[in-house]
Amino acid sequence: MIVLNLNGRQQVVDADASTPLLYVLRDDLQLNGAKFGCGLGQCGACTVMVGGTAVLSCITPLSVVGTRPVKTVEGLGSADKPGVLQSAFIAEQAAQCGYCIAGMMMRAQALLEKNPNPSDADIRQHMSINLCRCGTHMRILRAVRRAADSIKSASTEHPNAQRGA
Amino acid sequence: MRSAAPEGLTRRAVLAAGGSLVVAFSLRPHGVDAQEPGAQGPKSDAPKLPGSLDKTPMLDSWIRIDADGKITVLSGKAELGQGIKTALIQVAAEELVVRPERITLITADTQRTADEGYTAGSHSMQDSATAIRNAAAQVRAILLGIAAQKLGAAPETLKVDDGVVSGGGKSLRYGELVSGQDLHVKAAPNSPLRDPASHTVMGQDLQRIDIPAKVTGGVAYVQDLRLPGMVHGRIVRPPSPGAALTALDSAAAEKMPGVLKVVRDGRFIGVIAQREWQAITASKALARAARWQERETLPVQADLYKTVRSAPAKDIVLVDRGSAPEGQGKTVSAEYLRPYQLHASIGPSCAVAQLVDGNYTVWTHSQGVFPLRKAVAELLGQAQDKVRCIHVEGSGCYGHNAADDVAADAALLARALPGHPVRVQWMREDEHMWEPYGPPMVSAARATLDANGSIASWQYEVWSNTHNARPGKAGDLLAGQHLAQAFQPSPPQPGNQPDGLGDRNSIPLYTFPNEKVVYHFLPEMPLRVSALRSLGAYMNVFSLESFMDEMARAAGADPVAFRLKHLADNRARDVINLAAEQFGWSSFQRRAGRGRGFAFARYKNQAGYLALACEVEVRRDTGEVKLVRVVAAADSGEVVNPDGIRNQIEGGILQSSSWTLSEEVTFDQTRITSRDWGGYPILRFPQVPERIEVHIVPRPGQPFLGTGEVAQGPTPAMIANAVADATGARLRQLPLSRERVRKALEA
Amino acid sequence: MASYVVPIFLLLAVLAGCGALGGHGPMQEINPPAPTAFDRAQVRRGQVLASLGDCSSCHTTRNGPPYAGGVPVPTPFGTIYGTNITPEPQTGIGRWSEAAFRRALREGIARNGSHLYPAFPYDHFTHLTDDDIAALYAFVMTRDPVQAKPPPNRLMFPLQFRPLVAGWNMLYLHEGPVTQPSSQNAELSRGAYLVDALAHCGACHSPRNALGAEQKDAYLAGGEAEGWHATALNPKSPSPVPWTVEALTAYLQSGMVADHAITAGPMEDVVHNLSHADPADLRAMAEYIVSRMGPPDGERQAREAAARKKAAQDSLATVQPSSPAPPTDEEALALGGVVYANSCAECHDLGRQFSSDTALRLPLAIALHLPDPRNLIHIIRHGIQPPEGQPGRWMPPFEGSLTDQQLAALVVWLRRQGTDAPPWKDVLKTVKDTGDAP
Repeated sequence: MIVLNLNGRQQVVDADASTPLLYVLRDDLQLNGAKFGCGLGQCGACTVMVGGTAVLSCITPLSVVGTRPVKTVEGLGSADKPGVLQSAFIAEQAAQCGYCIAGMMMRAQALLEKNPNPSDADIRQHMSINLCRCGTHMRILRAVRRAADSIKSASTEHPNAQRGA
Repeated sequence: MRSAAPEGLTRRAVLAAGGSLVVAFSLRPHGVDAQEPGAQGPKSDAPKLPGSLDKTPMLDSWIRIDADGKITVLSGKAELGQGIKTALIQVAAEELVVRPERITLITADTQRTADEGYTAGSHSMQDSATAIRNAAAQVRAILLGIAAQKLGAAPETLKVDDGVVSGGGKSLRYGELVSGQDLHVKAAPNSPLRDPASHTVMGQDLQRIDIPAKVTGGVAYVQDLRLPGMVHGRIVRPPSPGAALTALDSAAAEKMPGVLKVVRDGRFIGVIAQREWQAITASKALARAARWQERETLPVQADLYKTVRSAPAKDIVLVDRGSAPEGQGKTVSAEYLRPYQLHASIGPSCAVAQLVDGNYTVWTHSQGVFPLRKAVAELLGQAQDKVRCIHVEGSGCYGHNAADDVAADAALLARALPGHPVRVQWMREDEHMWEPYGPPMVSAARATLDANGSIASWQYEVWSNTHNARPGKAGDLLAGQHLAQAFQPSPPQPGNQPDGLGDRNSIPLYTFPNEKVVYHFLPEMPLRVSALRSLGAYMNVFSLESFMDEMARAAGADPVAFRLKHLADNRARDVINLAAEQFGWSSFQRRAGRGRGFAFARYKNQAGYLALACEVEVRRDTGEVKLVRVVAAADSGEVVNPDGIRNQIEGGILQSSSWTLSEEVTFDQTRITSRDWGGYPILRFPQVPERIEVHIVPRPGQPFLGTGEVAQGPTPAMIANAVADATGARLRQLPLSRERVRKALEA
Repeated sequence: MASYVVPIFLLLAVLAGCGALGGHGPMQEINPPAPTAFDRAQVRRGQVLASLGDCSSCHTTRNGPPYAGGVPVPTPFGTIYGTNITPEPQTGIGRWSEAAFRRALREGIARNGSHLYPAFPYDHFTHLTDDDIAALYAFVMTRDPVQAKPPPNRLMFPLQFRPLVAGWNMLYLHEGPVTQPSSQNAELSRGAYLVDALAHCGACHSPRNALGAEQKDAYLAGGEAEGWHATALNPKSPSPVPWTVEALTAYLQSGMVADHAITAGPMEDVVHNLSHADPADLRAMAEYIVSRMGPPDGERQAREAAARKKAAQDSLATVQPSSPAPPTDEEALALGGVVYANSCAECHDLGRQFSSDTALRLPLAIALHLPDPRNLIHIIRHGIQPPEGQPGRWMPPFEGSLTDQQLAALVVWLRRQGTDAPPWKDVLKTVKDTGDAP
């Protein structure tokens, strides 16, 4: 039995320690956000946050996570109460098939938590490991920009204070 | 924004038809006529029904209303991420006069919906939306008729609002009006469509209904399905197309934790385990335990185009008008090349299948659940009614990817473990190595100018495999080809104009006095190939539009003016002028290392129109081509969801520019060597342009024109034309990789 | 800063005073020559020479306009920014005559007479032939002119005072042709020329003294580049499998050779540029470098045998190290083994069967055999990816996935399992110190 600090709650998981976090999240915890895209650490569809940093969950075995807090898109908000980033993605209609989007959002969330005022060049560079095959890049960049702007104008609140995580 | 009077449809004509609410006029969608595939109807003397109604004429195959007012719309088309679900809901909501939130949409299920063939070829709006729109309008008319009786009021005095009909001081909800078999009636050829000027839902940027779940971790994809008792499967595929399995000692793998079964049949090897990670680990052990005899079955990559050109061909003359006058003005000829390319879906293909009491259910993101059912039934040796295929969204497929193959894999594993839903997920390498590719193509163009600098004669040839290996048959499924008793794939077909396959868009929309277009169909394929978004149009429009630019240069003419000179179609001229104007074509200032490029096509010469203008920056020393900005002008006929159109065009431009700048499948004579994103790079954020603008020409009342694939063809041409403008170097081989650009600039 | 440095600066100042008497005045400005004035074949030769000389690594920023400068070059004395060498008249070298250009390469003097800092390796370029300098001139003068001023240098006091460099030059600038190897082999001579005069390998691969000059008596004995160790290319070459000319040529051309290495860090850009060079030239360079390594002695041969034996095992975890582990490492080793098993073994032991080829078998990896673990740490943290839009092998980045503790443990374990070399010291400290470096 392994205890995960997931989206602010303690979560008990009965999985082999060698299991990549991606499969623990999806199969043991039934979370849909992080996606299988390649399992090789090349596409970012599996991106979640561990210990405040964006991480490729397909190459992160359960054994290394430890007590570090894990954050997934489910921790940013819900369909009824979407968080800042989620609202921005909905407002910009930043999805076509949408398969890459949860990974994109967690990658962006990690950036905004460290740098709430990124330049457009910063955003592009930071997001570069995440692939989108449908060509939704422009909207994704606009959504991240929109989220950053709304965080800035919402005053000095830190992005993850939005939900009290 | 321009406005244009829709052809043949004026407000006056509509009102003149009668003062009643039920207005009868014909709205035969232009371009959807007898020869258009996808709306195959029974051949009879009766007038054709609009869109897919022709094949599935009962109204309640499309629209159902329960006693409690719940409205269900059914479509045989599938959501691929192109926003079709939202668009169909908008269409139905408009004609039924209800808020979109009241509608539940069921898509592509062999047990419940109409058979609309494949969701492909940009037909969904033309086929399904047209059917639903007309069906909804007719349902509304029926409801009004019933209401008129029940309320004792004349139909023209009735008011309809959000599913409530009122008249004579009383009102009735739709649910109270309809009962029994009221909607089980055959559609009429004519429908009382609402006046576009009164639209409140169609033509609006309705937010996509699927996005909220996708950004909050809701269940959205076949990959998210979790059924009770579900187990996990993985397939161990051969290391190369020609490999034969010589030995497999599966004993160790069978003993691994959680493993329930190992399946082996010929070259088909699968493992089923309780947990997903167990299945993955076991499949790797199985792969290590397998021994293969490999053979060289692939061409030498460096000689690919020689191989294409010299393959046995069936020559199909598509156009042969006039002659090729020699000895007049300048003659230019050019050859263009396009390699194998991948769909490369971000989410590798996935399916879940279950066998219960002799009945199979397959949850699949296949583009065609009905043809898939037929093929899977044949694979399993079952009658079709024993197999149900339900479409669940996958990641973008962009044509025929491995969705059907994994459905077959899942069905075979489900058969090995009856009762349990078996989920099979292809791995990244599986997808890159085994999905059906976009085929390699060669084209040759030759044209002569007359004394006025116009094109006097035009010759175009294209060499291509088929672009359609979709099931059909069990032999079109990868597993079907790998079983010990292997099924044979369908014989490759050349396709037919006007849709075309390898010859799609090989006939220019331009008017030339003398024209010859020949399609060399190559049935032999060393690698499995099938439909990749826009099929032959990507290469043909790349060739045609690059060549138009080459001819314009030869004539000393501006590329935009040169195109207009040869173009009679007014809607084509409109998008070209709009794109040029919005780009600032005539006032463009060329900076060092930068250039501009233009391209135009009408997809299939029948669907949506698109004109593109771009500015690129070319770095001579690295060969990097960077898109700076792109301006698009589109005509999609009547617009249902403008944002959906913008999204598809932006996305199409970026995807096509990725194909154009870096994508080609690599292989040695035995194996595919581009097996992951490292080996097959696609566009990443740093390469994305600063700006893409999409301008839509509004055409209210015009038939819907498919827009999902309009950007694929013009994009490579606009880029190649811009590179030529920036550097003087004309590149004709796709992709325009850095190495190729560098070498071309060195010369 | 060591206490002897100040007296040395004073010495340099005296020497600089002597040197200044020699005098370097400004050279006449010219009108920027038209690109068409240059012979195309000469421009092409210059392009190839610029690739070999790796000019863009210091003169072109990532995604910036070619040769427009602005690249920060870290030195022990502060950061120097590569200058704009496009033919732009105001901010570039558009007004430099060929003579001025030649003087810069030979003597490290700018057109206006001021000294250039030897971060610009004119102590190597000084050996270039006149013809090659002329070709390089033709190349830079035909690039796209870009108006761009690099950021001001950030150097420690008193090095902003450029005339001090005169003193440095007196000590360390040896003009004239390269020192040729004794053998009459033409390819070796060519290789020596390319390595010493143009590719300036020694600038990274030789150790430097306190004044930042290459130690001539420790030529190619290993050096530093931007936080990475640049391996020794002399008989102390750490590669467990001794380099052959074929292998090294392949490596210089493609950045990758089985059983050895795949480029990472600053060498990536170098190899990217080298890939545009004539393969015959790369082979000559490889010949020369391999000759400097000398034929493997008994110790290197034994090391190769041991490495191949380890690499032949199914898993790095099954290797039995010959000596017991230091007790202080036991905890790290236990943790490192688990990290390896769950994060690395999948690719590095048996390989992802059908991915874009298998990963390097680690006992053969040079990074494990270096004097310090920095390169290995960088590689695990950031992975190795091909340049954008180009195909190649892909190692994912593990930064964020592994904590500093886990990364350090893994590094300790890899050193022990993969080599017979003595354990690295203070690995966790190195992991933490290199925390924010690229």
